[in-house]
Amino acid sequence: MTSERRLMQGNEACAEGALKAGLQFFAGYPITPSTEIAEILAKKLPKLGGKFIQMEDEIASMAAVIGASLTGAKSLTATSGPGFSLKQENLGFAIMTEVPCVIVNVQRLGPSTGGPTLTAQGDVLQARWGTHGEHAIIALCPASVEETYYLTIMAFNYAERFRTPVILLLDETIGHLRESVQLDKYDKMKIFSRPRPWETPDKYLPYAAEDDEPPPMAVFGEGYRYHVTGLVHDETGFPCTGNHAAIDRLLRRLTNKILAHEDEITLYKETMTEDAEHLLIAFGASARSAASAVKIARREGIRAGLLQVQTLWPFPEKLIRQKTLGKRSVLVPEMNLGQYAREIKKVVSDKTMVVTLSQIDGRLFHPNKILAYFKGEEKHAEVL
Amino acid sequence: MPKSFNVNKYLRMDKMPHIWCPGCGNGMVMSAFLRAVDSLQLDPNRVVVVSGIGCSSRISGYLDFNTLHTTHGRPLAFATGIKLAEPTLEVVVITGDGDATAIGGNHFLHSCRRNINITLIVINNYIYGMTGGQYSPLTHKGDFATTAPYGNVEPELDMCKVAESAGATYVARGVTYKPVSMEDMIIKALENKGFSLVEILSQCPVYYGRMNKKGDAVEMLKWQKENTVTMKAAAQMAPSALKGKIITGVLSSRYRPEYTEEYENVIQQAQESAQ
Amino acid sequence: MKEPKQWQIRLSGSGGQGLILAGIILAEAGNLENKYVVQTQSYGPEARGGASRAEVIISDAPIDYLEVETADIFLALTSEAYAKYCYNVAPGSIVIIDENVKTKLQRTRVNAFPIISTARDTLGREIVANIVALGVLVSLSEILHHDSVKAALKKRVPPHTMELNARAFEKGWALGKERLAVKEVEKI
Repeated sequence: MTSERRLMQGNEACAEGALKAGLQFFAGYPITPSTEIAEILAKKLPKLGGKFIQMEDEIASMAAVIGASLTGAKSLTATSGPGFSLKQENLGFAIMTEVPCVIVNVQRLGPSTGGPTLTAQGDVLQARWGTHGEHAIIALCPASVEETYYLTIMAFNYAERFRTPVILLLDETIGHLRESVQLDKYDKMKIFSRPRPWETPDKYLPYAAEDDEPPPMAVFGEGYRYHVTGLVHDETGFPCTGNHAAIDRLLRRLTNKILAHEDEITLYKETMTEDAEHLLIAFGASARSAASAVKIARREGIRAGLLQVQTLWPFPEKLIRQKTLGKRSVLVPEMNLGQYAREIKKVVSDKTMVVTLSQIDGRLFHPNKILAYFKGEEKHAEVL
Repeated sequence: MPKSFNVNKYLRMDKMPHIWCPGCGNGMVMSAFLRAVDSLQLDPNRVVVVSGIGCSSRISGYLDFNTLHTTHGRPLAFATGIKLAEPTLEVVVITGDGDATAIGGNHFLHSCRRNINITLIVINNYIYGMTGGQYSPLTHKGDFATTAPYGNVEPELDMCKVAESAGATYVARGVTYKPVSMEDMIIKALENKGFSLVEILSQCPVYYGRMNKKGDAVEMLKWQKENTVTMKAAAQMAPSALKGKIITGVLSSRYRPEYTEEYENVIQQAQESAQ
Repeated sequence: MKEPKQWQIRLSGSGGQGLILAGIILAEAGNLENKYVVQTQSYGPEARGGASRAEVIISDAPIDYLEVETADIFLALTSEAYAKYCYNVAPGSIVIIDENVKTKLQRTRVNAFPIISTARDTLGREIVANIVALGVLVSLSEILHHDSVKAALKKRVPPHTMELNARAFEKGWALGKERLAVKEVEKI
């Protein structure tokens, strides 16, 4: 079925990727521009014996997904800005309790109701820091329909591998974009499932793990009878409010299990970066605009190149340091006011200029803005 | 109740003593629940207890089942995910009045509507105990709380009536001073194939009792006795005699299709149409 | 006629006229001909009414920037859509409109067709105006083959509407061919 070239929508590719990854449970709430994901899965999941439920609100959807995952089901929810805000509470719960799940946020223009059908990339830092408290997060961001399929599978793999919620950050443009895809090349992708405990229930410590690894995960109903709480807890899973050493160990491990695996999690693409004088760093739909600008700039004799980051979080610090080394400038086109550019600025050498190029009018980032910058004519360019 | 019953076998004894104040009703409800589990001979490995946030929600930590202590107000939403993903599990939500009816009100409403096979036990002590005594949607009008220093101006919600009209198929109200009937209600709720609510009127002598001059735990149980009337007794009483009384007992019990079974039909339908 | 490596097409009309579906069918046909295609859209909150726009790029090479920069073909079924979306139309572009659409351009430079009236009066269903328009557009511009658009149509319209949609497509196709028989396609 996947051997032919198909015309597919981004949201559809997300649903298909999730099924390929072994999705068994979806809970969601209708919201533009992510609704197609729910609609497709409402139809397809029961055919495969999976479960779909439209919950009473966004908060409940996130909760239901975590509940389902505790029974061993690979679980997904999909939403957009306002819904993503509502999901933050239970997203934090999933981080704290180490319950694997995938949350799709098809970004639209915000804040608030903003522009439901308008494109934006304003939730980059919300994906990083939306829920309260110290934590790490994994967020992936595709720039094409085919990448959406691939990165949805990777989102599940990372969620299962690291026992953590993973955010798939689409933008309205990519979510609604239709383009040709060829998916058979992903047929042999490794599909990862959470490791189960090997010890007997009486010896099982549900939250015992190496300092930078997740613990194996028992499924509710299989005899392990353990406790899951959003409170700080020790290796037994029970609250440890008074045990500061255990709190410290838990919170450092929750972050380290992701940060220590930056290399494993970092995904990217690059074109003409090697000899580039000006390196564009972009993600999502604006990476397509950047790719277009790089080609035009090259024709005009400007040595531009593109680094497209697919893993936004954990921040691919090593990759950015390495690729920006010796560049004259780093240009970051984003459909926000420089959220990711400022993160990049933190790690780039002072000898390299970091410029944020922003567009927040609800339309797709235009390549001409990048070309105008080269001519010194772009008004929404800011040197950081 | 079998004479040999020992509550300890269902408890995580290493988590004792519990955090509840002397005189609190939570332990009485926990004990009634465990007797119900025992009399139904449920397999502890297949029981999931989900709780929210608050004093009563700490119950999950003490029970030797699969236990999930969730975010404030959300236990029913978590439980819905568990039950739909794995309908063979016995899913029970135990929580308090604030968690279930204020912040969790929406989930309560829709769990009733779906008639999903979950048992909800709400320990109603008329107050937010964990945060130190604020009024809840079930606090009676005129009662005092730290956030109702001049008396509560909000009328209380009858969550049993809400449950019934929203579609729950078993609705009962018990009181902590009648442990046997409380246990019986929980047994019936667990047996009901659909959404069941057991609201237990309980006592919080430390916050609610003290602020409302209700006396100690014993006095508060006496208050329960004097101010509640069973369904049966109420049927024989004149409306004037019932004024201000709280009706207890099985308030509603009926059949409606259960959600996860309905969804199994969806799966069957979808798979047939795929062929 | 010139053979651009890339066709950039913008379709516009009133919400509910099915221009986005027409765009999807065009993209689907391009895909069937093994070309690179992208299809995007913009629309307001209304499912019916307002102006909506679908864009399609059909190319022999991979497509970077996803939206139409200069429309090689621009279609408008309503005056409101024409006014809102007839931008970045350059000399050499083909403008196709329903005969009732008001434009600032000289009538001789646009290709006006009785699209809506054909759907309504000849086919008996105004709802297939989008597919009549699709037939006109494809036959007039010769960007894709008749059969691949027909195959794409079959993939994308509900089966019980295929017969009507196929007739609508043929009708539109014939309108375009009849015009080409008497004069060349108008370009601006």
